[in-house]
Amino acid sequence: MHKLNTPISDEAIRALKAGDPVLLSGTVVTGRDAAHKFLVENYIKSDSIPAAEADLYETLKGLLDGGVIYHCGPVVSKIGEDQWKFVAAGPTTSIREEVYQADVIEHFNLKGVIGKGGMAGRTLKACQDQPAVYLHAVGGAATLIAQSVVEVANVYKLEFGVPEAMWVIHVEDLPLIVTMDSHGNSIHDTVEAQSKEKLAALLG
Amino acid sequence: MKDYTQNFVELIRRAATDLPVDMEGSLRKARDKEEEGSAAESAFDTLIKNVEMAREKSTPICQDTGTPIFEVTIPVGVSMRELTDYIRQACAIATERAYLRPNAVDPLTGKNSGDNTGEDYPTIHFYEGDDEAIKVELLLKGGGCENVSAQYKLPDSKLGAGRDLDGVRRVVLDSVYQAQGKGCAPGVLGVAIGGDRGSSYVKAKQQLLRPLADKNENAELAELEDRIMDEANQLGIGPMGFGGETTVLGVKVGTQHRLPACYFVSIAYMCWANRRAQMEINLNTQEVSYA
Ligand code: SF4
Repeated sequence: MHKLNTPISDEAIRALKAGDPVLLSGTVVTGRDAAHKFLVENYIKSDSIPAAEADLYETLKGLLDGGVIYHCGPVVSKIGEDQWKFVAAGPTTSIREEVYQADVIEHFNLKGVIGKGGMAGRTLKACQDQPAVYLHAVGGAATLIAQSVVEVANVYKLEFGVPEAMWVIHVEDLPLIVTMDSHGNSIHDTVEAQSKEKLAALLG
Repeated sequence: MKDYTQNFVELIRRAATDLPVDMEGSLRKARDKEEEGSAAESAFDTLIKNVEMAREKSTPICQDTGTPIFEVTIPVGVSMRELTDYIRQACAIATERAYLRPNAVDPLTGKNSGDNTGEDYPTIHFYEGDDEAIKVELLLKGGGCENVSAQYKLPDSKLGAGRDLDGVRRVVLDSVYQAQGKGCAPGVLGVAIGGDRGSSYVKAKQQLLRPLADKNENAELAELEDRIMDEANQLGIGPMGFGGETTVLGVKVGTQHRLPACYFVSIAYMCWANRRAQMEINLNTQEVSYA
């Protein structure tokens, strides 16, 4: 079993192959539709960074360099002033971020994207170039995943709403599967192709 | 009638926070069939650990606690209206206690009712039975797997599916292929042949309440169930679509009379979190038992 710790090195990423189970520990930032749109519009595609968002940019650059983004809309309970706990933290469908993901990987030197269902060609290409990997969380394993979140360290852009905000979490031994590696392989593509062939044979 | 709201809350808690024994057993068996160190084996390990943890902590197995579907058999004279009230109240209480996630959304306003009650929500079906007992079966049907459920109209020339059991086999296999891992495979397939578009899906979902070991009384259908199970697993989609030996954990087929012009096959795809639970209220002794 591969163990990954953030920040993740290029060597560690290159050593991973599609199909490898991994345990991830360290810092992860959650982000789904609103967060990806925000990152791209304010930091990547804009001519100059809006003054109001400049501090956050520096913070995020630090967190995401060698880091990991998680497509997750958590269920969160507030346990004190600025103190939070993840009650459920399952993955959400990743393909919605396909338009943004490659840019975010390149701009911030992301090493990993966690989600479910896999992503498409542009992201796979970005994984090869950067390098980075796509890590599939196990759908439905909400209790176990929430248990792996040992601390909710911070939250940015809470105005996007709880599921869409960028939560900075510390995870310990989060169980994941590499389904898209940095060598151009995607399990999603191979399983789809193989099952298609098999179906054709069964239908004769 | 006595107020059975708290009993319904307990029924919901049991369904949401634990898997039926046969489902958990089949996940363990499936795990042992996978190659050591494979993605599939690791996925099964995660699922099994998650189930154990949820049971211990009495928290939902999956964050999506699904649509609650109640199938209720009552003796003559028991009030369906009263029972409906108890069930709806129980859903609200179970949501408050976080056994259920608020899942009932108004399709017009997009507003979540917050307590798992709403228009035609939860689903409740009543039947009249012979015993002096109220028998309740509950299924929590997740949304991800609901999205990959499918209905076919036979004949289907693209799949070479005629109006016979081989045609049924063909479309069911196609639905498993189309679903890939997206319905949180490995799944259980509830299949209905016949009926109209509406009744067919209801029948398909009812098949999901059958225990995995339940053998179809009709020999032809029993054979079909076994064959589809075997062939669906040959597709190699595996848990979550990671590839592997087990893609479906069970196939259950039911039939309904159909119109001469129609031949529907409905496949209710249920994820690995096939959360079903039962309760029986003995009206003579007032005793309540769960299974
Ligand atoms: S399909 Fe089932 S296991 Fe997957 S997220 Fe939905 S309810 Fe949970």
